[in-house]
Amino acid sequence: MTDAAQNATRTRAEDSPLPEPTLLARTLRTLSGNRTGVIGFVLVALIVASAVLAPWITPYDPAAIMTGPRMSPPTAEHWLGTDNIGRDIFSRVIAGGRIAMLVAAAALGAALSAGLALGLIAGLGPRWLDNIMLLVFDALRSFPVIVFGLAVVTIIGPSLFTVILVVAITSIPIYARIVRTQTMALRNAEFILAERAMGAGMARILLVHVLPNVLGPLLILASMDVPLVIATEAGLSFLGMGVRPPTPSWGVILNDGYNFIRNSPWPVIGGSVPIILVTLGFTFMGEALRDIFDPKLRKTG
Amino acid sequence: MLYYAGQRLVLSVVIVMVAVSILTLMMHVVPGDPAVMILGPRATPELIEQTRVAMGLDKPLPIQLLTFFGNILRGDLGQDVFTGRPVSRIVFEQLPYTLILISVSILWSAALGILLGAYSALRRNTWLDTLTGILSVGTISIPAFVMALYAVLIFAVWLGWLPAIGAGRGFWDGISHLILPAFAIGVAWVGYVARIVRASMLEVMGEPHVRMARAFGLPERRITRSHILKIAVQPAVTLLGTGVAHLFSAAVFVEVIFARPGIGALIVSAVNERNYPIVLGAVLVTTGIIVLATLISDLVVAWLDPRQREGM
Amino acid sequence: MPETNETAQPETLVSVRDLSLDFDTLSGPLHALRNVTLALPKGRITGLVGESGCGKSTLAYSLIGLLPGNASIVGGEIAMDGLDLAHLRASEWRKLRGTRIAMIFQDPMTSLNPVTTVGQQMLDIQYRDRSSRAEKRAKAVEFLEQVQIPDPESKLDVYPHQLSGGMRQRVCIAMALLTQPDLLIADEPTTALDATLEMQIVDLLKELQGKFGCSVLFVSHHLGTVAELCDDVAVMYAGEVVERGTARQIFHDPAHPYTQALFECDPGRIREATRELPTIPGTLPDLRRPPRGCAFRARCPHAWPRCADEHPPLYLRDEGHDARCHLLDETEAVA
Repeated sequence: MTDAAQNATRTRAEDSPLPEPTLLARTLRTLSGNRTGVIGFVLVALIVASAVLAPWITPYDPAAIMTGPRMSPPTAEHWLGTDNIGRDIFSRVIAGGRIAMLVAAAALGAALSAGLALGLIAGLGPRWLDNIMLLVFDALRSFPVIVFGLAVVTIIGPSLFTVILVVAITSIPIYARIVRTQTMALRNAEFILAERAMGAGMARILLVHVLPNVLGPLLILASMDVPLVIATEAGLSFLGMGVRPPTPSWGVILNDGYNFIRNSPWPVIGGSVPIILVTLGFTFMGEALRDIFDPKLRKTG
Repeated sequence: MLYYAGQRLVLSVVIVMVAVSILTLMMHVVPGDPAVMILGPRATPELIEQTRVAMGLDKPLPIQLLTFFGNILRGDLGQDVFTGRPVSRIVFEQLPYTLILISVSILWSAALGILLGAYSALRRNTWLDTLTGILSVGTISIPAFVMALYAVLIFAVWLGWLPAIGAGRGFWDGISHLILPAFAIGVAWVGYVARIVRASMLEVMGEPHVRMARAFGLPERRITRSHILKIAVQPAVTLLGTGVAHLFSAAVFVEVIFARPGIGALIVSAVNERNYPIVLGAVLVTTGIIVLATLISDLVVAWLDPRQREGM
Repeated sequence: MPETNETAQPETLVSVRDLSLDFDTLSGPLHALRNVTLALPKGRITGLVGESGCGKSTLAYSLIGLLPGNASIVGGEIAMDGLDLAHLRASEWRKLRGTRIAMIFQDPMTSLNPVTTVGQQMLDIQYRDRSSRAEKRAKAVEFLEQVQIPDPESKLDVYPHQLSGGMRQRVCIAMALLTQPDLLIADEPTTALDATLEMQIVDLLKELQGKFGCSVLFVSHHLGTVAELCDDVAVMYAGEVVERGTARQIFHDPAHPYTQALFECDPGRIREATRELPTIPGTLPDLRRPPRGCAFRARCPHAWPRCADEHPPLYLRDEGHDARCHLLDETEAVA
């Protein structure tokens, strides 16, 4: 926009100062002008609900074999068909969603808390400690997630816990860096210095100033990272290095589907569509959240 | 500039060393004898002892790390647990397949992504802009391994147009075997690159120096090239540099799904047989390449933008 | 321009007649310029003053066709040598820009391409000339010399960020003059600079204008600078030209209450020691719904009922000096 237009809009703003909109109003306004945001919230709600209610809404036991004919296409009895040993794909997809959400919640919860703690330490601690931590963060970020995951599997073996550990460790640097930057920016801010001079403890300063400032961006980032976590879980499980069969995971379903891809496409379709929907849902929701809470926060890469 | 590049190179080497140390440390933190872990439950006590000595596991940890790094500098990444072949040779046999795969993937996707991104920024709200927007979101939402499965399903199983197994023999056969894997890896990157180029183009297009160029009546084509694009591609270059890590992750799946040779397939099979030296060697080499790629992308940005050269 | 010629009617280069311009906003059209009529005489410097948001920059940008996408000219014309600048196609504008019309912008820090050397940018704007690269380079050096940049030869190879703000604005002026325009538009070219630099740039502009003889439209909210530099002055308020005249007339005999109020608020003119900077009370009217009568009425100390109902025309105050204020209506004064 040119200065002319800026001047013009400034005039308007000066003339009729709008009251600061409330959070609810901003939410509604953002969503009403943002169809993808609504789609995101609805998708996420559906996915979370189906994950929580999975044991009650699966039509069949997800592990039960020969619930019908083998490798059947979708029918009235089997909404997504059956796999090579006659398991109901729809039931397995729903149960797999529960695993995916569990991994995402556990891994991101761990990464957020550890990132918060490490970021504060790096931001407040001595310079040498900060440098060492940055080096370790950079080193962790230079691993391809899957390659790092495979290396960890070699050491501690494949399991649900391994997946959570891998995702948590590789996500920590991202969160820790944000917290660190914010902490450093605040550490030398004049009002903080003033508070310290007046005898406010570091704990109080952290609680009152740093936490509220970083928590919003962190949560928005975490919500946008959910797809990455789920893709990692599914990917490692697909390679047989994550969730072990017969536990249904989207990755395990896809692996079964891959092995019989020439016989039936339905396991591949059934295992992949939820991954795509989760990604769309959380990405759209994250973008809408970002617009509502923090218009300044822009994803740069 | 040269000083800066040298400094960054040293830092990169340190980062790779730290990365590998982290993995080695993890192995020691985990309860149990690393030799037993490496060899698996089948190992005889003699073999375990032999491996311990061969890998230097009987010495204290710092000595082990120092020996390990010393060996790396001499090009020695250790030996295959089962065959005794040098890990470096095994890794470098597989590496070219992966490098070709990810280079081809990134080249076609970056070229198309920059083109689509630039075009949709210049022709905002046209059907191509809308289509690019939808396709970007769509392709970004599909992980590479899911894309690979669909590529196999659609183009190999249903249509039967392209081969889905192996790397092929000879040049043309090799190319035909490369199409589907490179498609599966690259397609999401078209979306990433188009999105970031579009956003940064729109940002640069609003900058005063572009308006100044217009005030001198410069042709739009020239303004786009030297005033907008030269600045707007920088975030895309950075994205591609840091994205090499993701490309290696994607290559792991694509090599397994298309049964191609390569470093990803090597790691998976080594993990399956718990061949730890190969895993470690392969991780070391990939991490090195990733760090190098980040360094190169930073240097390219510095070459494009004199402001970034300051203080280098 | 000798002082004795001041009363003789100089030839007009650009004539803006009844120009009206709207910005399309989410809450409806914003009438940023309303019936602006202004003549830019040949070979003279015209100052355009007013508060932020009065439309002075919008008017300047409409003279070079660089309005934002949501702006549209809804009435009037801008005549220049038989062309109507208010209704030009993009290709026609491109032929004028950098040949007959040039512009200097507000912020020298961001006006130059950061990834190209100063020299290359000065060569680029000569893309129309058929002369050799060496000749273009020599011309660039010549004009860097004109704007008093020391060691101009070596400055060709530096990037903009390696120069100070004042130096960059000199480069911008050199580039604008290099194209030898008939009309030079300067949009607050000194606002981003400190006071010492401001005076240097103003002196430079005055000297070079005398040397090259082009017409200059100088947009500023700094009255002292305008008094120093300009031959003629137009005062804008809320999208209208409210007073026009020579600099001498405007500064010695301001006729419009808004112009008078501007002078009272100018820090350079305040004689008495005071702790507070005076401001004009009230705010600009909403340009989405311009008032029916006088736009300045709400803030005017002399407002009377007629100001609310009747939009004031430009009343003649003196030879070449008029203002939009009912106080100047001579029939009224008689009654």
